[in-house]
Amino acid sequence: MTSVSSSSEFHHQHHFKSAEHQYASSKQGIWLFLCTEILMFGGLFVGYLIYHSLYPTVFKNGSETLDWKMGAVNTVVLLVSSFTMAAAINYVQRGLHKIAAIMLALTIACAGAFMVIKYFEYSHKFHVGTVPGKFSLVDPSCAAGGKRAECESKISALLKNPAELEKNHVSAEEVARLKAVISQPKWEMFYGFYFVMTGLHGVHVVAGAFLIFWVFIKTLRRKVGPEYYTPVEGVGLFWHVVDLVWIYLFPLLYLVG
Amino acid sequence: MSSAHTKTEHGHTDHNYLNHGSGIWSWMTTLDHKRIGLMYFATVATLFLIGGFFALGIRLHLAKFGTTPLLDPDTYNKFMTFHGAIMVFMVIIPGIPAFLGNFVLPIQLGAKDVAFPRLNLASYYIFIAGALIAASSMIFNQVDTGWTFYTPYSTAKTSNGVILLVLGAFTMGFSSILTGLNFIVTTHKLRAPGMTMDRIPLMIWALYSTSIIQILATPILAITLLLIGAEKTLGVGIFDPDLGGDPVLFQHFFWFYSHPAVYIMILPAMGVISELITAFSKKTIFGYRAIAYSSVAIAAVSFLVWGHHMFVSGQSTIAGIVFSIITMFVGVPTAIKLFNWISTMYRGTVTFEAPMLFALGFMFLFTIGGLTGVFLASTGMDVHFHDTYFVVAHFHYVMVGGTLMALMGGIFYWFPKMFGKMTSDLGGRISWVLIFTGFNVTFFPQFVLGAMGMPRRYFDYLPEYTNLNQISTVGSWLIGLGFLVGLITIIHGILKGEKATDNPWGAKTLEWQTSSPPPHENFTTTPTVTAGPYDFR
Repeated sequence: MTSVSSSSEFHHQHHFKSAEHQYASSKQGIWLFLCTEILMFGGLFVGYLIYHSLYPTVFKNGSETLDWKMGAVNTVVLLVSSFTMAAAINYVQRGLHKIAAIMLALTIACAGAFMVIKYFEYSHKFHVGTVPGKFSLVDPSCAAGGKRAECESKISALLKNPAELEKNHVSAEEVARLKAVISQPKWEMFYGFYFVMTGLHGVHVVAGAFLIFWVFIKTLRRKVGPEYYTPVEGVGLFWHVVDLVWIYLFPLLYLVG
Repeated sequence: MSSAHTKTEHGHTDHNYLNHGSGIWSWMTTLDHKRIGLMYFATVATLFLIGGFFALGIRLHLAKFGTTPLLDPDTYNKFMTFHGAIMVFMVIIPGIPAFLGNFVLPIQLGAKDVAFPRLNLASYYIFIAGALIAASSMIFNQVDTGWTFYTPYSTAKTSNGVILLVLGAFTMGFSSILTGLNFIVTTHKLRAPGMTMDRIPLMIWALYSTSIIQILATPILAITLLLIGAEKTLGVGIFDPDLGGDPVLFQHFFWFYSHPAVYIMILPAMGVISELITAFSKKTIFGYRAIAYSSVAIAAVSFLVWGHHMFVSGQSTIAGIVFSIITMFVGVPTAIKLFNWISTMYRGTVTFEAPMLFALGFMFLFTIGGLTGVFLASTGMDVHFHDTYFVVAHFHYVMVGGTLMALMGGIFYWFPKMFGKMTSDLGGRISWVLIFTGFNVTFFPQFVLGAMGMPRRYFDYLPEYTNLNQISTVGSWLIGLGFLVGLITIIHGILKGEKATDNPWGAKTLEWQTSSPPPHENFTTTPTVTAGPYDFR
């Protein structure tokens, strides 16, 4: 393995004047890409805003069935990961590869932890049946037909079955909240937004974890260092945006209601 | 353009980008923007033939009304969908930026390549992947929604092929974003010494404005298409009135992208025309800044006009009026361009080679398309014309008469630079005559049909529409023939064309200061720019 300063990897590409020129260009490209990410989530935020104003009670009751503790833990996990990512960039810039790699590994671990917590949240919703439209009903034909009010939902079936409630760790408090939700028409709307927004964010977390793994390998192989750290910084910026989106999603979905 | 340090000696063509590496693999893995541009050319041309096949099928079917149709209604709807989806997402949107833009943008800036060559190649393969995903819906599960995927039909009624088609369009949108991003950074960071922003050719101003739209609008399409996918797989309900959603929200989201996308199609075409008009008038362009800034102005206004697609969707009268007025604003920068082009030709030494004919054809057809656009922007008239053949004729005049005319003109104009050979000018002119005549024969009657009330997208029509429909169908054959002649001329040019000089048209922009075809890194020495791009005097 070559030392940082003598490695040929750090030469800039032929069409740039200098390494600084290349770095500035790459950074502009990354920022432009991040704009598109924000705009894409923007579409969902607009949709959320519209339907929140159309069905305020649905969104309030739906929000109350989410586990804000898990969401809060996840927020902390992501904030920590943002810190470790920023630290990793700093260490790479200073040529401290070992500690940089550790920081990157910690960031990936945080991403993993986030997804594990999300898995528990999701699976609980699958169990109790607070899922988007198509799957929220026992009888799929109810979704298509006009007699949805008469169709019994998965949740009301569950709420009548104490053994099932026990098995799925549904507290009395949650029973009350679930009842409040399904008493509202169009209640699946909230879960549609919940799953699409957190799902798309989750895809970004996984993609971000893979990207961090990629720069983690680069760091271990010393392909990045004080003279060339564009990939680490770019991935870092992407990761901060992923965090940022969650910082907005958490209060919007879990707290505001 | 003065560029004292550029070597332009003739016969320096023994080593160029075409023979820089050999074999199919050197093309597949190339990072050279010129080769990637040509790869887009081949791909888009193939897709255009497929889209054209569906178009001819539709027209052939509509040549006869009544009991013995060529296609059954279901197949007709699928033909119409694939024609629209292919032409919009795979031909007209990537056509000029990804093909001509990729080829000329870095050379016109005096750069060796785009800012991110590997990303550029990746965009190409992402585009191919998207096209394949979308095309697979033709095999597995055909779609009959039209290219607009209007809900609730697309989400609640029709087949799951929609998922494949929207996924393909999503992927191609990703490619579009990355190309736009690449162009913006290239324009900002890789201009040759002396190439200030008020010296960049107007083609680049157009591509730059296009890239802004690509970056700002495409993400909205991305989320909209993802929501259609989520709607179909999960039943999210956001567009489904049954579940509490609103199909009109889909229209807002869809047109918030797709109206700016119209300018993704037409702005680069306007850039091409600016190059052609000045080169074939041998005159400095009139009002450089006005044309340059009008491109940016069109890009800016494009985001505020989507509501004119929704005059009859139940939006409020006030919204209708506001969208109507803002829509008419688009006419201002467009007219600025058109008048400046005419002023450029005035007292110029105008010659009528094939590219110039296409440029004039563009101006003629686009003016008709643009003026009928004012009709449709007027709320009162739009209620009558909405979803009739008037709209079909209007957007074909704009998109085909505009974009494809410019694309053809651009191909014939830059062909000598691309291949170092000339196309037959006669072939180009015959192609132009056929396309131009055929185009008017096909689409002008559709204005009349629309005004008479023939609805668009219908599989059959009333007997009184027969004559005009038959004229329209004959015209479509002329267009087909015209493009066939164009294709033959291009292939003939590649195989047997005369050797081109470095600057066969006597143009002034930087790409003509290097050899034909250019070397791998575009210039043997980086050019230094000392004057504006069209310095003919």
